[in-house]
Amino acid sequence: MSSSSIRTVGALAVCTVAATMSLTGCGGSDSAATGGTPTSVKVGLITKTETNPFFVKMKEGAEAAAKAQGAELMTAAGKFDGDNAGQITAIENMIAAGVKGILITPSDSKAIVPALQKARTAGVMVVALDSPTEPQDATDALFATDNLKAGQLIGAYAKAAMSGKPAKIATLDLAPGVAVGKLRHDGFLKGFGVAEGDPSIVCSQDTSGDQAKGQTAMENCLQKAPDLNVVYTINEPAALGAYTALKAKGREKDVLIVSVDGGCTGTKAVQSGQIAATSQQYPLKMADQGVKAVVAYGKGGAKPSGYTDTGVTLITDKPVDGVEAEDTAFGLQNCWG
Amino acid sequence: MVALLVACVFFSLNNEQFLSGGNFSLIIQQVMVVGTLAIGQTLIILTAGIDLSNGAIMAFGGIVMAKLAADGVVPPLVAIALGLLVCAGFGAVNGLLVTAIPLPPFIVTLGMLNVVFALTHIFSGDQTVVNLPAPLTALGGTFAIGDTMVTYGSLLTILLFLIFAYLLSQTAWGRHVYALGNSPEVARLTGIRTGRLTVGVYTVAGLVYGIAALLLVSRTGVGDPQAGQTDNLDSITAVVLGGTSLFGGRGLVVGTLLGALIVGVFRNGLQLMGVPSIYQTLITGVLVILAVTVDQLSRRRIS
Repeated sequence: MSSSSIRTVGALAVCTVAATMSLTGCGGSDSAATGGTPTSVKVGLITKTETNPFFVKMKEGAEAAAKAQGAELMTAAGKFDGDNAGQITAIENMIAAGVKGILITPSDSKAIVPALQKARTAGVMVVALDSPTEPQDATDALFATDNLKAGQLIGAYAKAAMSGKPAKIATLDLAPGVAVGKLRHDGFLKGFGVAEGDPSIVCSQDTSGDQAKGQTAMENCLQKAPDLNVVYTINEPAALGAYTALKAKGREKDVLIVSVDGGCTGTKAVQSGQIAATSQQYPLKMADQGVKAVVAYGKGGAKPSGYTDTGVTLITDKPVDGVEAEDTAFGLQNCWG
Repeated sequence: MVALLVACVFFSLNNEQFLSGGNFSLIIQQVMVVGTLAIGQTLIILTAGIDLSNGAIMAFGGIVMAKLAADGVVPPLVAIALGLLVCAGFGAVNGLLVTAIPLPPFIVTLGMLNVVFALTHIFSGDQTVVNLPAPLTALGGTFAIGDTMVTYGSLLTILLFLIFAYLLSQTAWGRHVYALGNSPEVARLTGIRTGRLTVGVYTVAGLVYGIAALLLVSRTGVGDPQAGQTDNLDSITAVVLGGTSLFGGRGLVVGTLLGALIVGVFRNGLQLMGVPSIYQTLITGVLVILAVTVDQLSRRRIS
């Protein structure tokens, strides 16, 4: 059979299927009754930036879900983390383009609120992914990691791993006034069983979740408290920065580093033992559930509401008693980035 | 101008929503902040200077207005006036450093960018200011032209462009600005007090940044310490796309308006087509290089 005849047969097959579908459609379904092609539901996804692997994975999840649901996906992002005006512009353009719903990871949890109100007044459903707005009811729903729990898991892990040795803790945090950073920090302390201001916390520094800043912060902490032995980090880039600083001092073997995120680079660092344990979160799931919710709403369903936990898992190859965990093989299968 | 028209025709063919009054009104709203900053930037670039600190000054002005008004320290209108004054003040300091010491504008405004950025975060305590009193967001209000809703802020932006187009082309002050940019030495010899003129230009530019701050606050409805971080380069982009020479002395403020609109039209049009924003940035970069290339080639042919 020549290739052209294959094409003909193929085309015939497609035609037949299409004809059958349109015939069965005559039974009275809505799309057939209106005559024209049914317009697909438009979904908007606005992330903090385009380049962070976390948001790349989120976009992947949204694209896959949109394809599976037959929806049309529009994406946009701020120019930098914290670019509120850029996100507002994206919201306006998406309303103009006629989206049914907007999924957004707010760069500024308070500053984005008036723009989201405008979208909801225009009949657009709004779902916050990953981080909540302030107030949280400025969006219809929130699909996110329970960041307090993510912190608690690594806190409890660190406590058990220290097995009674006196701890000297350094916390490498995010930045002042950012909810995600505070929740993870507080969760860690809760899991470890120490209160804020406890003398065992010997050093706390902000890193913006950046590897170079994490390294600098760790260097400074080592100056301040050379005998520290537990390092909590806001995310894995900060953890790897801390590891580099510890290694320069020859301390990388006897200091326990724990982190949050579960990115692929971070999970590999857990596998190689640079990071003891990390709490893995699932951006793909956030986007997937978000797209499905918008499509359901677009097809006449109800809006989702409240908070949906998209799950968090402790990843480590050195499990401890009493703290549930998965190994890095599981972590690498489910990692992002 | 041609680029703008071609882009508009292209986007209208690709998307039925593009060519609506509402969408054009939206584009003007989206470019008004950078457009207004770019007015000040045009003035400074015409004197062969450059301003890297305008976005930071605007952010500080916005925080001053929002915080003083929201905390009830002073009445809202006084807060706005103080914000404008602070911005004009920073402009004046830039101008004084450029003329009195003298220092290159690039260095002065690079330093000022960092100083003002830090002050914004210190003064605001890194907190976004919410629940602003009505006068601060009044410019975000709308009125109808036909069935298109236009914001007062958009109207103010266009008015500012007309005022500065008039000042630059029809007044002695405007001609002096061009003369200064063409050759400071010749300008001085013809009796222009170049130092005073330069400080004046930077101060007026600062005041315009203050107006941009008010526009920003009214548009977003909050005082945001993170605002404006790329607006310095975005305003330079608008000026360059508008055909103003970075060497000073040549260019039109109306060109800057077109430059700002081109960026806005591309961002909005590509978004409506569903193109991700990273490609919008890519295209903006290509546009800048293309625009200046065309400008240079056409000039060579004339000479």
